Amino acid sequence: MINKVINFVEDTVSDVQDGAVILASGFGNAGAPNCLLEALMETNAKYLTIVSNNAGEGDYGLAALIGSGKVSKVICSYPISSGSTIFQKLYNTKKIDLELVPQGTLSERLRAAGAGIGGFYTRTSVGSLLATNKEKRQFNNIEYVLEYGLKGDFALICGKTADRWGNIIYNRSARNFGPIMATAATTTIAQVEQIVKLGEIDPEFIVTPGIYVDKVYLKK
Amino acid sequence: MNSQKNQMGLNRRQVAWRIAQEISEGSYVNLGIGSPELVANYIPEGREIIFHSENGILGMGPAPRPGEENGNLINAGKKPVTLLEGGSYFHHTDSFAMIRGGHIDICVLGAYQVAQNGDLANWATLDTSKPPGVGGAMDLSVGAKKIFVMMDHLTKDNEPKLMKTCSYPETGFGVVKTVFTDLAVIDIFDSKFIVREMIETLSFTQLQSKTGAQLTLSDNFKTLTPPNLD
Repeated sequence: MINKVINFVEDTVSDVQDGAVILASGFGNAGAPNCLLEALMETNAKYLTIVSNNAGEGDYGLAALIGSGKVSKVICSYPISSGSTIFQKLYNTKKIDLELVPQGTLSERLRAAGAGIGGFYTRTSVGSLLATNKEKRQFNNIEYVLEYGLKGDFALICGKTADRWGNIIYNRSARNFGPIMATAATTTIAQVEQIVKLGEIDPEFIVTPGIYVDKVYLKK
Repeated sequence: MNSQKNQMGLNRRQVAWRIAQEISEGSYVNLGIGSPELVANYIPEGREIIFHSENGILGMGPAPRPGEENGNLINAGKKPVTLLEGGSYFHHTDSFAMIRGGHIDICVLGAYQVAQNGDLANWATLDTSKPPGVGGAMDLSVGAKKIFVMMDHLTKDNEPKLMKTCSYPETGFGVVKTVFTDLAVIDIFDSKFIVREMIETLSFTQLQSKTGAQLTLSDNFKTLTPPNLD
């Protein structure tokens, strides 16, 4: 019997290795997998690269993980939210690297990785500092910039309801990066608020089919 | 936008009101973080507009009543909002496909500078004391069908923000259609600033002196007269 439900949070992230690329869902705190991020903080893994829209806020979840010194690089679109002080302090003292990516390019790079697409051309950032040294190409006399797929070793996501096959539905705007990151990592781990029996989620409404999900953890 | 400094000019609610008048029924509209969010408050009664939020919402409604906030339902500025009947949620890549694929009719953004050819600078200053952040600004600037800019006419130090060319790093090139300031409504056409409306207490010469590039008076020029909104 397939059962992706993991009972202990420490068992969700125990196989994360040094140097792993971690995709972390969330837009601000909405949809942020704080339980999983805090469990990751308790492991020995270090030199992590975090891919997330923001760089954490306050002193919990992603901000706590970054503050623990385990993260050497952040790939994100907006690390300057109010309350994002831990990242900013490490950045200003050159203790952490930043790759700044426009938000739509970030989500499309994840989508591409999840769909087996190596790269794509977009108009976003053409001519700007963020397109420096990137390959350009014209289509119908419009300039585009080449961006590459962005794959993770692990995706940590946050859903509302799951079943033992790993089918997931989300909670309002907390959906954000979850369904995309789920497709883009070798191993996807979801924390959820509720686990239901197979068949209880209407198949017409499943957002992330279980093929993309490896482990499900019921948030305590 | 600082209404105290330029006392002759409109306050930010009046600028938001003016922008709201420009948005037609049935438009899909994305409002940038900060002052542009005010535009939603001044849509004329009975005009149905659908607001998009980059974090995966169509049909975004106003702020909830105190006590009814939900941390899972926020806008691009990460403030609590509501969902109107008929609204929907979707993931981030769908949301940015709407933006980058040209499905958003109007986006209202703040700006540091706008150049007379429509170049927009709104994501980075020359300040290196904190990390850079871009968010969805570059996607919106090239993706939305029309870019409206809402900004003060002058900086806090009375420097022009409407320029021949931007001195700050650009977000998008040739993308701005209309600029709404505390002093005027200015269209960009053929690499020229065309003054469509201006407040009554200012001469054209005075407006020109506050602008870093040549202004042209529109053939359809009107006085800008918003209601009192304190």
